[in-house]
Amino acid sequence: MTDPLLAVRNLSVTYPGDDGDVRAVRNVSFTLGRERLGIVGESGSGKSTTGRAIMGLVGHPGRIEADELRLGATDLRGLSERGFRRLRGQRIAMVLQDPKYSLDPVMSVGQQIAETHRSHLRSSHRDARRAALEMLQAVHIRDPERVYTMYPHQVSGGMGQRVMIAMMLIAGPDILIADEPTSALDVTVQTQVLAILDELVRSRGMGLILISHNLHLVSSFCDRVLVMYAGQVLETCVAGKLSEAKHPYTRGLLAALPQLGHRRAELPQLQRDPAWMADLA
Amino acid sequence: MITLDGVTITYGSGARAVAAVRDLTLSVAEGEAVGLVGESGSGKSTVLRAIAGLIPYAAGEITLAGRRVDRRRTTAERKMAQMVFQDPYGSLHPNQTVDQILALPVAIHRLDRGETRIVQALAEVGLGAEHRYRYPHQLSGGQRQRVAIARALILEPRILLLDEPTSALDVSVQAEILNLLSRLRRDHGLTLLMVSHDLAVIAHLCERIGVMSRGQLLEITTATAMANNQVTHDYTRELLRSNAGFDRSSAASAELDVVAG
Ligand SMILES: Nc1ncnc2c1ncn2[C@@H]1O[C@H](COP(=O)(O)OP(=O)(O)O)[C@@H](O)[C@H]1O
Ligand SMILES: Nc1ncnc2c1ncn2[C@@H]1O[C@H](COP(=O)(O)OP(=O)(O)O)[C@@H](O)[C@H]1O
Ligand SMILES: [Mg+2]
Ligand SMILES: [Mg+2]
Repeated sequence: MTDPLLAVRNLSVTYPGDDGDVRAVRNVSFTLGRERLGIVGESGSGKSTTGRAIMGLVGHPGRIEADELRLGATDLRGLSERGFRRLRGQRIAMVLQDPKYSLDPVMSVGQQIAETHRSHLRSSHRDARRAALEMLQAVHIRDPERVYTMYPHQVSGGMGQRVMIAMMLIAGPDILIADEPTSALDVTVQTQVLAILDELVRSRGMGLILISHNLHLVSSFCDRVLVMYAGQVLETCVAGKLSEAKHPYTRGLLAALPQLGHRRAELPQLQRDPAWMADLA
Repeated sequence: MITLDGVTITYGSGARAVAAVRDLTLSVAEGEAVGLVGESGSGKSTVLRAIAGLIPYAAGEITLAGRRVDRRRTTAERKMAQMVFQDPYGSLHPNQTVDQILALPVAIHRLDRGETRIVQALAEVGLGAEHRYRYPHQLSGGQRQRVAIARALILEPRILLLDEPTSALDVSVQAEILNLLSRLRRDHGLTLLMVSHDLAVIAHLCERIGVMSRGQLLEITTATAMANNQVTHDYTRELLRSNAGFDRSSAASAELDVVAG
């Protein structure tokens, strides 16, 4: 097997709280190759925190511990904020649910994409502008010249998310972490954004981590799926075989989903077993 | 139980008036559950708000239990149709306890037996006495939605208008709320009109499903027809497709729309 793009072994993230520590992520281990890895789980299960830890975005007073946290040959443990800033964008990038929070409201979207290109690749204004226009085209924006000059508040949700993807991919990262990237979008727009993401990740041979609470989406889009509960990975499944999941938690979640064409008078409610909370490792 | 006959609903007035819903005709029989789906901005919430009497309508006629209603309603008319919103956090006052939240409609409608009603409403939605004096932020998302449902139920409505009632909830909590709504519907003979972007959720509770686009009702179909892929409109078809998850082959054709649109 070739070296993974990302190796995570026994990653834990702890936030100190008034009533003791919150162990947001507990001993999570996985590797990521040039594949699409899904992370599912209910809200609060630690999906976003896992992504933030990899991006170096767990701020004070959160604590990160890991036996291994490696991006290619780079050890991310103890990397300085400056070091992370160099990696972010260029080697690893993240798309969040709402582009409004990630885009600068007073700069045109094209300028922001170009600026990202310039700061990472030290390109000229002209080259950066051309690259940004090409990138807008790559995310299937029909009139890149016009969209280049638009401000974040002028673009629709779906277009905003495509702009975000363009900005995140322009410096050619190896890994993209997408945290609920389409949850705020209309279903029809969702499919379009996912198709673009899929196409770019494949053609560039990138690794993708798709974080989502949507089991159908993750199982149909990804290659492998990690199922998280209370900060731990309870189970790893081949995405297409999520319906054959073994863990009672995963099975419980799947059973609780209403199904079109298979109406049940009552939906089976998830019975939580306290044993799922216990430390696995 | 609910009829809308050629209803047009506008926001703003004069030259700025925009028709959010145009010439909409729909009826929901007593005890029936009907769903509304459609892209965001198509007018689904507007329809529910007008039925609830929260906003006026400009043309047509809305009747509830056979009586024409408009914005100004009698106490009885206001009690009849109650609304439950997607985000219980936004719709519950953050500085009021559950007890105060439930006591308010009782006071407004000058109902007797306030204490009994509150205790009953809490029990009905599966909340215990220990939740009664908590604030919304001290409750989970599912518990907050139960409070919102209890607040609607306390007036003993005959109609529940549900606007994305489970969209902000986890799958496991969604199942609990859907089961609760099924039980309440059965026990009280409630008539439901529900909006959701999740077809499976709609089809779980509703027999008939209306598809809206740009303020108009495109078609009324059934959960069974949806399950058998018998739909006529593109939007409905798209909705069906995305309901099944991501499909690489059909995503390719969806992409063409992006390029074209
Ligand atoms: N900055 C923070 N400070 C304290 N606790 C946090 C912080 N961020 C997340 N948490 C806690 O960590 C846990 C995991 O959160 P998160 O990773 O956001 O879950 P998910 O993305 O799966 O919904 C939750 O219990 C959450 O409350
Ligand atoms: N308070 C309001 N003032 C002006 N326009 C509104 C208001 N609420 C909704 N609209 C507009 O009415 C249309 C329908 O909105 P809405 O009923 O909320 O749609 P949906 O619930 O289907 O997403 C949209 O174009 C929306 O922008
Ligand atoms: Mg999250
Ligand atoms: Mg709405």
